[in-house]
Amino acid sequence: MTLLFQLLVNGLIVGALYGVVAMSFVLIYKASRIVNFAQGEFLLIGAWTCWWLLTSWQLPFWIGFPITLAFMLVFGVILQIVVLRPMIGEPIISVIMVTIGLSIVFQAAMKWMFGVFAKPFPPIFASPTVNLFGLEVQTVYVMSLLISILIMAGFGWFFKYSRTGLAMRATAFDQQVAQSLGISVRHMFAMSWAISAMVSAVAGVTVGVVNGVSSALSFFGIKVFPAVILGGLDSVIGAVVGGLIVGVLENMAHYLDSQWLNWGNMYEIAPFYVLIAILMIKPYGLFGTKDIERV
Amino acid sequence: MASVSIIPSGDYKTSYGSDTTIFPTRTSRNFAILGVVLLLACPAFMDRYWLSLLIQIGYLGIAALGLNILVGFTGQISIGHSAFFGFGAFASAWANNSLGVPVALAIPLAGVMTTLVGLLFGMPAARLKGLYLAIATLAAQYILQDFFARADWFTGGTAGTIAEPLTVFGFAFDTDERFFYVALVALVVMYIIATNLMRTRDGRALVAVRDHYLSAEIMGINLTKYRTMSFGISAFYAGIGGALYAHYLQFVSVEGFTILFSIQFLGMIIIGGLGSIMGTLMGTAFMVFLPEAMQALTKLVSGTAIDTALNLKDNIAFLREMSIGLVIILFLVFEPDGLAHRWKQIKAYWKLYPFSH
Repeated sequence: MTLLFQLLVNGLIVGALYGVVAMSFVLIYKASRIVNFAQGEFLLIGAWTCWWLLTSWQLPFWIGFPITLAFMLVFGVILQIVVLRPMIGEPIISVIMVTIGLSIVFQAAMKWMFGVFAKPFPPIFASPTVNLFGLEVQTVYVMSLLISILIMAGFGWFFKYSRTGLAMRATAFDQQVAQSLGISVRHMFAMSWAISAMVSAVAGVTVGVVNGVSSALSFFGIKVFPAVILGGLDSVIGAVVGGLIVGVLENMAHYLDSQWLNWGNMYEIAPFYVLIAILMIKPYGLFGTKDIERV
Repeated sequence: MASVSIIPSGDYKTSYGSDTTIFPTRTSRNFAILGVVLLLACPAFMDRYWLSLLIQIGYLGIAALGLNILVGFTGQISIGHSAFFGFGAFASAWANNSLGVPVALAIPLAGVMTTLVGLLFGMPAARLKGLYLAIATLAAQYILQDFFARADWFTGGTAGTIAEPLTVFGFAFDTDERFFYVALVALVVMYIIATNLMRTRDGRALVAVRDHYLSAEIMGINLTKYRTMSFGISAFYAGIGGALYAHYLQFVSVEGFTILFSIQFLGMIIIGGLGSIMGTLMGTAFMVFLPEAMQALTKLVSGTAIDTALNLKDNIAFLREMSIGLVIILFLVFEPDGLAHRWKQIKAYWKLYPFSH
């Protein structure tokens, strides 16, 4: 029973991270209708940048981390302007392929620069584990959960009260109307990519601190798909809920598998079975708008 | 996606037959035949290495053509093509090893088996399109990859499986020189079938589904049927290509059929030109020669400052991977209609030379 509880907690913590990544994925999709297959590479680039600043330059975490975020901000904007802006108005296949191409390029470049083996982060917290309700939990896990909740709350505030957030929602709702109200759609596109890259980098650094940095991080970008489809592609709340469900689900599948089924590898694959099932039954997800074309 | 046809002024067609002909002029037909004849002579003067590259173009070209029928002609997107390719490879080896089907029959049988699997995963395809389908096929890729690693009875598990060479009437096609003819014949046959398919009612229906699915439906085209059918055809081609791959290498391992391989297939058809049959072959050749070009490039700069700074020799694998992604992006941004379109433009230019505007 302790194992089950432990897995549940693990699932929620990982799921919260999935939720964060899914949220930044949905942000791009909502604003510019681009499906970003390179989301996982944002995590990767962010984590490697932070790792590099912390180890090669020996910067303390509280300096290195903001620099990483600033870098990702610029990176997101440049990426949008140079690669994605020419693709506006192109068919969906082309846009998907461009982001897939980007993901390959970044992944190979990261392997080239930093090697294929996982590298650990320098320790950031004084005590490695804390006692939580009688359960030994790693400090970074607790921190990652806190950071996730903080980001989610931040998103909520940003879209509800801030001027930019409102402008972004307007752009997502109707680009022409937004433009006629004096919102620069171009800025909104660039900004959505910048924010998405930044938030993904936070998730990337968090995972990196826990598991070490390696190209396995980019698999988060794939795991995001079950989460966003489950929650509905264009719903921020859906992304969070979907992420949590996928996180818990894969841990439960792992438990089920290790206890009774012994099929192996269910941890990785179970979300994809769920994904197919959802696409068959309810393709717009739990919270998505129902405008998907059924044929 | 729809390629702009470049037809010289004054060239008017008076019948449907002449509009849908495969070879518009006698010269073009003669050139095509000449090309095949020249290829037939290749094993006589080419070395092993180049032959193996050409064979690679053969079986990959068949599978890529299947993907082009799905993506380029029907407008459905699939990111799981390499999984079907792999399924074909395992199915053929399994039919031969476990059921005792002769290889010559196991290859088409593998095609049929892969079609069935394709239809199974194509069921969501009948209801979904665009982005949702892309994600569904992505899931199919991971599920099939997982299946390969797990199904010991079918794939031999992590150890992989051995495939017998193709034997017809006691004559074994077990060397590069011999297998080259198998690949060539299969390639020509599959390409002729595809070209003719596109001239039939069914082929035109697929294109109509791509161009405007609503209009197509109003004209009486059964969308579900044709979307599913296109998925099936694509899987069939992938299966045949995979089976040829298995009996050429005579060994299939579970590791090869990754998502990167799927993306390479997509790269082939994008580089060649979506919705172009000859373009598929050009794109495949491009993709096969790209790593060689990278290798040559590395050799060219070896010893210079660039080489030592980037440590090219140890990182050639990453350079190749990166070049695949870069080429896809560059083609999409600068030449979205692919090599086939560029080829037509070059032809049109020389036809009008020196008076082209």
